[in-house]
Amino acid sequence: MNIHDQWLAATGERVLQARAEKRKLSIRGSGSKGFYGNVVDADTLDVAEYAGVVDYQPRELTLTARAGTRLEVIEALLAKNNQMLPFEPPHFGADATLGGCVSTGLSGPRRPYAGAVRDAVLGTKVLDGRAQVLRFGGQVIKNVAGYDVSRLMVGAMGTLGVLLEVSVKVLPCPESECTLMLEMPADRAVEIMNLWAASPVPLSATAWRAGHLYVRLSGTESAVQAAMQKIGGAKIPDGPAFWQALREQTMPDLAMRPLWRLSMPTAAKAFTALGQPVIEWGGGVRWYGTDMPADTLRALAKQAGGHVTLFRSHQPITQAFTPLPEPLAALHQRIRLALDPHGVFDTGRM
Amino acid sequence: MSALPADFLEKLRRLLPQDGLLTAPEDLAPYECDALSAYRRRPPAVALPRTEEEISAILNLCRMHNVPVVARGHGTGLSGGALPIEGALLLTLARLNRILMIDPLARTARVQPGVRNLAISQAAAPYGLYYAPDPSSQIACSIGGNVAENSGGLHCLKYGLTVHNILEVRAITIDGDIITLGSRAFDAPGYDLLALITGSEGMLAVIVEITVRLLPKPERAQVLLAAFDSIANAGVAVGQIIAAGIIPAAMEMMDKLSIQAAEDYVHAGYPVGAEALLLVEVDGVNEEVSDGLRVVYEVVKACGATEVRTALDEAERTRFWAGRKAAFPAIGRISPDYYCMDGTIPRGRLPEVLVRIAELSEEYGLPVANVFHAGDGNLHPLILYDANKPGELEKTEEMGGKILETCIAVGGTITGEHGVGVEKLNQMCVQFSSAELEVFHALKAAFDPPGLLNPGKAVPSLHRCAELGAMHVHHGQLPHPELPRF
Ligand SMILES: Cc1cc2nc3c(=O)[nH]c(=O)nc-3n(C[C@H](O)[C@H](O)[C@H](O)COP(=O)(O)OP(=O)(O)OC[C@H]3O[C@@H](n4cnc5c(N)ncnc54)[C@H](O)[C@@H]3O)c2cc1C
Repeated sequence: MNIHDQWLAATGERVLQARAEKRKLSIRGSGSKGFYGNVVDADTLDVAEYAGVVDYQPRELTLTARAGTRLEVIEALLAKNNQMLPFEPPHFGADATLGGCVSTGLSGPRRPYAGAVRDAVLGTKVLDGRAQVLRFGGQVIKNVAGYDVSRLMVGAMGTLGVLLEVSVKVLPCPESECTLMLEMPADRAVEIMNLWAASPVPLSATAWRAGHLYVRLSGTESAVQAAMQKIGGAKIPDGPAFWQALREQTMPDLAMRPLWRLSMPTAAKAFTALGQPVIEWGGGVRWYGTDMPADTLRALAKQAGGHVTLFRSHQPITQAFTPLPEPLAALHQRIRLALDPHGVFDTGRM
Repeated sequence: MSALPADFLEKLRRLLPQDGLLTAPEDLAPYECDALSAYRRRPPAVALPRTEEEISAILNLCRMHNVPVVARGHGTGLSGGALPIEGALLLTLARLNRILMIDPLARTARVQPGVRNLAISQAAAPYGLYYAPDPSSQIACSIGGNVAENSGGLHCLKYGLTVHNILEVRAITIDGDIITLGSRAFDAPGYDLLALITGSEGMLAVIVEITVRLLPKPERAQVLLAAFDSIANAGVAVGQIIAAGIIPAAMEMMDKLSIQAAEDYVHAGYPVGAEALLLVEVDGVNEEVSDGLRVVYEVVKACGATEVRTALDEAERTRFWAGRKAAFPAIGRISPDYYCMDGTIPRGRLPEVLVRIAELSEEYGLPVANVFHAGDGNLHPLILYDANKPGELEKTEEMGGKILETCIAVGGTITGEHGVGVEKLNQMCVQFSSAELEVFHALKAAFDPPGLLNPGKAVPSLHRCAELGAMHVHHGQLPHPELPRF
């Protein structure tokens, strides 16, 4: 048995033991996203050891890696072949793992234009609550055999089982990229982001903060040049640093606590009454630092067709996500039991 | 056709307007099959509701009387998903056919399930927008059916499948409850049930409303046609184009038999006599397309293309595609019947899989025409046969099964876009272990506890797999050790 099989066997034992002792397991990659979701009271199951790229076929545009593989390792490998993860995931820590990225389902600035983590996931290998190793999906782009359990795992926060391996679709890096900055108020920026997205402009990220709209263009050199003419504004010297600071939330605008994430239909009005937001994803996500009660924010978002997440707080978070209405909540419960009938992973993290 | 209970039918009649329930044999005939017409069964009754309220009430009634329900869109499915089931009500969504709203700024359309795929793009066209997934059946198939099958099309490689292009689905459960999956935002709280219902083949809930994402029409799209004197060279070119950093909007391959049949049928201007034809569409802003085409041209030349042409105008582009889109009916003209397979493989394994298909063709004495979405490795081998010759359909199905098993063996899948339905149940036993199949059954039970929605489709019972003795070998263990051997 190699070390990975050994790890898997031991982890299977661990799951069975937890089941027997009616204990719960909270899965941890590097802990970089430990702040995200509800606080849990459970034993920690570390998966960082179960690491390594299993298969990478640049020509197939697919990569398969064990869940403990560090995102940095994957991104460096892809970069060598001039490829990238389309969803530009936030790391929130140097050791962030692929498993954590997929379990939280968090995507970065490119998301509205190149798809989310869930869009890129092609297949998964999972350890379920009965310690069974299961495979869903595969390494091909088109696959409709069986229900899409792989995508169900994305964003499930480890409450359905342990992700062991994930196959993702990758994309070639654009030949050229450039970031422009234009001065305008939030409402106008939201409108413009939507208007541009409805026209053939090679957008790859958009954001608004502190009175300025930021636009990243990606594509062939000629296409980017042509779009720059169309859009105008000033080219900022260090585009990559700006998008990284936004993605990793290291910019001061996102240091406020509690930090709320409003996920909205892109064209929804900017709620300036809540204070100055940071807007990204073409208007689809708006970050607010506000002490407004959760219920007020949820009602506001719901009215506009969106939902709210308490993303970061100084206090322990007990209700991060918008509660589900019935009968959806009961359906979720039944789905969880389908994969984890004994509740080994029922940590309440989401 | 076993009859439905009289009291059930009576109540059903009262729920629906006069023209909303069909029971006369001549009215039922059109609902006997979907586009996999080798399988047929007359449904005992067909309900044609017009509203969500009617659907809720029908499903409630079915649950109370324990009557199974088969949902049907426009019946173009190729795996028997909408095939009637013994003693089950057929519920067609065709009359829910309104486009409820188009929001040009947010680039979304809210539509009822019976709306035809192409009708969405047509309605969005005045805003310069379109709905990307374009199955070849797009003039006929319903968007509800597209969601239920996670349909693809020619442009999947760049623009994704149905699952990538929808935001929100309203569905009605067997309890008659309306649930909303996904949201009009980029994500929704809870598990990704939008992904789960996409491709669920009518097994989890009845889809009654869909909000789709619309995309701006590309500024320019141009097709390049390359002919090769060996299918292997064409296969290599596919990989090289991607390796050069190009993601074509579409990349399709046809073999000699398909080229000839298509040319005879629509006169697309294809180089008859070539062993393989590659159609590569590049789209985007003007400059990008010029650059992309140049790269593609150089790559196919380097891979030994014997002839390369780019469509000079929109008319020629349409003609190039017309040949490809008409490939199935074109084959239909040269053979009494054909059987369309739908496996996906990693692109790099294309040459060996084609060799294997040729061997099988030889072995079974059945010609095969290959038409495929080369960009995403989705093969559509068409097996030519004659249903009137006794035993030939069975032979064809057996050979088809072997092709699909070859796809699994090289790391692919038994269905890329047509679904499992009733057709590929046996191959599901090969692709999945019993533990995995049990998860599928458990998920169905989570949505549909009484098991009344399209029962028996899409996921084989463990007994069926055991009886078949299918050889999914998981971690070196015998398949289904828990079941008795037959
Ligand atoms: C010539 C031809 C070419 C084709 N080309 C392609 C192609 O390129 N790509 C591709 O992916 N497919 C293709 N198909 C297959 C087919 O068109 C698609 O699967 C299509 O999505 C089926 O839609 P439909 O409305 O006809 O569904 P139906 O055949 O009526 O039903 C299909 C399945 O969906 C379920 N269903 C339908 N509506 C609902 C609903 N509202 N709620 C719940 N379940 C529902 C049914 O129960 C059934 O299981 C082709 C078919 C033909 C005949």
